Amino acid sequence: MNFVLRRRANWVIVVTYLVALLLSIWPLPDWAEAFRPAWLLLATIYWCLFLPHRVGLLVTFGVGILLDALTGSLLGEHALALLLIAWVTLKLHLQIRVFPWWQQMLVVFLLSLLYSFVLYWVDGMLGYTQGALLRWMPVLITSLLWPWSMQLLGMLQQRFQVN
Amino acid sequence: MTRMFTFHPLQRSPRLFTRNPAGALRTLLLIAACIVLMFYDHQRGHLEKVHAALSTVVYPIQAAVNAPYALAGWAEQKLATHSALVRENASLQKQLLTDSAQLQQFQALEQENASLRDLLQAGQRLDGQVMAATLLAVDMDPFRHVITIDKGTRAGVFDGQTLLDAHGIIGQIIRADPLSSEAALITDPTQAVPVQINRTGLRTLAIGTADPGLLSLPYLANNADVRVGDLLVTSGLAGRYPAGYPVAVITQVQRNPADPFARVSARPVAELNRGHAVLLFFPAVAPPLPSPPQTHSVKKPPKGKPR
Repeated sequence: MNFVLRRRANWVIVVTYLVALLLSIWPLPDWAEAFRPAWLLLATIYWCLFLPHRVGLLVTFGVGILLDALTGSLLGEHALALLLIAWVTLKLHLQIRVFPWWQQMLVVFLLSLLYSFVLYWVDGMLGYTQGALLRWMPVLITSLLWPWSMQLLGMLQQRFQVN
Repeated sequence: MTRMFTFHPLQRSPRLFTRNPAGALRTLLLIAACIVLMFYDHQRGHLEKVHAALSTVVYPIQAAVNAPYALAGWAEQKLATHSALVRENASLQKQLLTDSAQLQQFQALEQENASLRDLLQAGQRLDGQVMAATLLAVDMDPFRHVITIDKGTRAGVFDGQTLLDAHGIIGQIIRADPLSSEAALITDPTQAVPVQINRTGLRTLAIGTADPGLLSLPYLANNADVRVGDLLVTSGLAGRYPAGYPVAVITQVQRNPADPFARVSARPVAELNRGHAVLLFFPAVAPPLPSPPQTHSVKKPPKGKPR
């Protein structure tokens, strides 16, 4: 019975990733486009932190490729950045879990810094070097959003018994 | 016991120490896969099948994001008041009248052009066909000037196809997938349009700057005859864009005697709003047109001063 429940709750994870993908391409006004938080990064960090035995590198690779297909970037670009984040998170998940919320926010800040850096690095090799300052705005916004998204995803996880 | 080691109060991991989910081999393999994918994707043409499959997978997500905007447009049409419709109708009638007056003159000019070309024994210009498409209301990578349109290879869209709107060139298709296509705008920093100055016929390149309202023309000599307000039209060289379509208007000319080239910038004439109607250009000769739906023939726009 427990086993059946556990498998059935898969859809919660799928839905959170889908919502993150939807938000990643949701049309924003031009001035706000550069401030868009990295929604998929938040979802990836959360699931790798609290459900590392079910959401790992393969899932991250898959959603990263989907994000690449959606945003028209090079296939594998977002997947690579997300994979690195997922790897760090999985390696340190037992430590990060016990951090107080503000230290977790700091960790998320560093992780999204790495994420933005990888994207900037790949884009730079392709010749998209413009907007150097704007590229770091999502880092700030994503880490500020962490406590709320963690609460929300935690509520979902508890409500639907995803473990 | 578990509570002691976990901060998150909702965490109910069945195991205290999970087996290592981030094995070095798996991580390295996946990272290598990403790098190989990026490498092959950068050299266009290698991963077309993968892209086609992926675009079909993600199309429902794009459609879901686009749906509220499509619905809003539909509701606007359905709920428009009578007076608003009458007003719109009146302005459209007026526009039609002006346009048909210009078209009469244009037909005479076209004939004159044809006979002049006959005298010069130059080949006839070929008119193409256009097909209407709509920009999907989805945001792409903010640092690339790339858009998605709602027509794909099933409607006959092909790689490198020119994208226009009512005012001028928008860009070209960089990837045609079955249901939708991606196009790079002329303002994307990887794009360059072969143009000529309409007034003098001087040919040069207009290069994207990543600024949505700015093109740069870095290859005009300091003594080149170029003025603010000059219209740039496609020259048709390189064979990508059809000749004679408006691209941009010169907004700034800076001449510094110390530099070999003038600093010239231009503003694109095409409009790029969301949910905006765009036109796909089908050349009259190869590649052949696989009977796309709702096509109608179009005449070349008259060359002249920008409105």
